[in-house]
Amino acid sequence: MEASRKTRSAQASNGFFNNDNVVGYIFAAPFIISFLCLTMIPMGLSLYYSFCNYKIGALPDFIGVQNYLNLMKDATFVHSLLVTIQYVVIGVPLKLVFALFIAMLLTKPTKAQGFYRAVYYIPSLIGGSVAVALVWKQLFGSRGPIVSIIKTLGVKGFNFFGSTTWAFLPLVLCNAWQFGSSMLIFASGLKQIPKDYYEAAEIDGAGVVRRFFSITLPILSPIILFNLIMQLISGFMTFTQAQIITDGGPNYATNYIALNIFKEGFAFQHMGYACAQSWVMLLIMAAVTGIIFKTSSYWTFYEN
Amino acid sequence: MAKKRAVNVVYHLFVIAFGLLMIYPVLWMILSSFKMKSEILGNNVPFLPTKWVFQNYPDGWRGSGSLTFGTYFKNSIVVSVLGTLGTVISSAMVAYALARVNFKGRKLWFTAMIMTMLLPGQVLMIPQYIIWNRLGFVGTFVPLILPKYLGWPFFIYMMMQFIRGLPKELDEAAMIDGCNKYSIFLRIILPLLGPSIITTIVISFYWIWDDYMGPLLYLSKPALYTVSLAIKGFADTQGTNFGPMFAMSSLSLIPVFLLFLFFNRYLMDGVTAGAVKG
Repeated sequence: MEASRKTRSAQASNGFFNNDNVVGYIFAAPFIISFLCLTMIPMGLSLYYSFCNYKIGALPDFIGVQNYLNLMKDATFVHSLLVTIQYVVIGVPLKLVFALFIAMLLTKPTKAQGFYRAVYYIPSLIGGSVAVALVWKQLFGSRGPIVSIIKTLGVKGFNFFGSTTWAFLPLVLCNAWQFGSSMLIFASGLKQIPKDYYEAAEIDGAGVVRRFFSITLPILSPIILFNLIMQLISGFMTFTQAQIITDGGPNYATNYIALNIFKEGFAFQHMGYACAQSWVMLLIMAAVTGIIFKTSSYWTFYEN
Repeated sequence: MAKKRAVNVVYHLFVIAFGLLMIYPVLWMILSSFKMKSEILGNNVPFLPTKWVFQNYPDGWRGSGSLTFGTYFKNSIVVSVLGTLGTVISSAMVAYALARVNFKGRKLWFTAMIMTMLLPGQVLMIPQYIIWNRLGFVGTFVPLILPKYLGWPFFIYMMMQFIRGLPKELDEAAMIDGCNKYSIFLRIILPLLGPSIITTIVISFYWIWDDYMGPLLYLSKPALYTVSLAIKGFADTQGTNFGPMFAMSSLSLIPVFLLFLFFNRYLMDGVTAGAVKG
């Protein structure tokens, strides 16, 4: 076996360009270039600039940890962290619950199943677009159909985007509405649960609720973990919708961190300060993701 | 039997009603694009247009400045087609290296790829902008297109999963027949990668087409605006001209809908590939 493998590789890999190391680096070159030039160098620069006063066209002026000290006293930044956390804490679980509910609804094997899944996937297909953000702005606007319905229920003068308490809701709903990819991932997980688990539980007298909490949820837990992490990361960095629908308003109520970094860097040209904000955000995200991973062994369940 | 049937009917009615609720925003947008201005917003506006107005489309197409939406669609198509092409070629190459070639440092680069996949792009937006600015590429398509030729971790990972599912014996047999690693990639892996390539084409095309942050950062001249940027510009300058705005919004979604219509199976496979097999 060992001998034949050697002759084989001797036949095929003669010459410099057929050496596995050379071949590997040639094929992986695109990613290696992008990793170095578009990820590592920018991260290094960003870390350096976060200790500087910097704007495009001028030389960076090293000021030590001053940016980070200023961040702690910056009410706008602290507020944008808090509203981002509110958005994530309310939005992500809502989206996951919604995705799981629809996935379970659509597990029933019918001829129309594929069609239903496609229709329910449409919001995710287009949800990130500018077109949908503009629709959302009018749909939930003061003269839009949603507010009309609220008016007919007797609430007068209600306006989502004029209220610092409620402006986040259309944004959270727009995010939850794009449940499609989480739904598909849940659906493929549900398909792998053996039918006899449910049958056995039914014989033992377990009701629908009991079966859901004792069978479905534990078996799905690794998939819930995956969806949770993915949605947390994208939730923390929500940008397009907030920029178009509310532009952070009213009175900073939806001034999410990615939007704040964007404004700080490009509108106010405080690039160094904006880099410091990116790093704080990245560290918070890494910490949250890390904690979830570490604690996941307590609530995720693996067969085998 | 009768009871089972009743349950079935209720099930389908519920799924259909809920599905309609889910696509209501899209229907509202499309119907609004055929309405007179007075019927789009306000109390007691009809769901369907009382009179179908088609004028919104030519009105919107003329745009808000001196350029028409013809320019913006052309720009979006250029960026999306070139970007998609780059994504497919570069991601397939990198996936092949990481899945099939035993080179020193493979584990390290794989880890780097996963880390990049989890790193949100917004964190890098400022330093990347500074670099592109230094190189003199701000205000061109280069920052939107060139990175796509350097591999896209999400698709690299997806293609890797697919390549790992192909039997290794194919490579070994080809080697005995005198193929080297390059011809194995071109003659064996690439043709077999077909379904995964279609998935990549569909998803990357619609991600690039829908992208807003990239064009917002890098394109300043209206002559280079993509559709997403142009619609936002239209909404900003002609804020109350809702009919034409929704007309252009609806048009902007057509390419994505067409791809979905023809390739929805591939798209659905792609979405779940990373989570379940991995």
